Amino acid sequence: MEGANVSCGYPPRIKRIEKHMVYLTRKLEFSASHLYHNPALSAEENKRIFGKCNNPHGHGHNYTLEVTVAGEPDPVTGMVLDLKELKEILEREITQRMDHRFLNYEVAELKGQIPTCENIARVIWNLLEPKINKGHLHKVRLYETADLYAECYRNGAHGA
Amino acid sequence: MNDGLKIGLGRRYRFSASHRLHSSRMSEEENRRIYGKCNNPYGHGHNYVLEVNVSGTVDPATGMIANLADLDSFVEREVIEPFDHKSLNEDVAAFRENVPTTENICKVIYQRLKHFPKARLERVRVEETGNNTFEYAGEEL
Repeated sequence: MEGANVSCGYPPRIKRIEKHMVYLTRKLEFSASHLYHNPALSAEENKRIFGKCNNPHGHGHNYTLEVTVAGEPDPVTGMVLDLKELKEILEREITQRMDHRFLNYEVAELKGQIPTCENIARVIWNLLEPKINKGHLHKVRLYETADLYAECYRNGAHGA
Repeated sequence: MNDGLKIGLGRRYRFSASHRLHSSRMSEEENRRIYGKCNNPYGHGHNYVLEVNVSGTVDPATGMIANLADLDSFVEREVIEPFDHKSLNEDVAAFRENVPTTENICKVIYQRLKHFPKARLERVRVEETGNNTFEYAGEEL
């Protein structure tokens, strides 16, 4: 196939794009509380940087997570991976760990980190990547509200 | 943290504005044929949704790529304030000679936001209505 690309006159950069890659995205929701506080900073600094998110008793969100897996559909099943399987991985790794939890105190992977959308997205990536063995994890996007999300992907990955 | 992962942040904003699609490079008839209802001489409006996507290093002290208050005030100053409740054709200099299609709105917004000092602008996405969405990520290298 690479030979065909070259003879079509594509610049070399394009050759790397896998032509039959399909991206599938599964959504899930979970609800959790958190607060932003860095013990290395003064109370006043914390207030200034984190504002309302620094409320000592925390606050909560309904998070929406979008998990995108990239791969080539299996010629027999037509699937990149079985959605049921993905659902089970998400249930085990994310929902059971984070749903109806206080992220600062109950999620070990976030210990010592401020549970911002950015940091939670990276933790979710690190939890899911080794579990997805058919296709590969392409992107996780975590919405904290409908107007704010963070996403995590491999440097240089594009598309979908 | 150098783990080969990239972290992006997306934030949605809203503005309402009017526009008229009309190109001085075409005849009246051509304009009507190409732009249809959007060529109505008195213009019409939309509730636009702007999604700004930035990337950068997460500061371990704050857990953030960029403080949202900084991003919000930058977008407010560069886009919302000059565009919201305005006629794009009449009130925004960039659209005097440049038809305010959503494609061009994306490009103009990208130019205005690419200098955000706290993170790297990855792309902008503008929804003209719930059914029409446009994205611009700068020129291909």
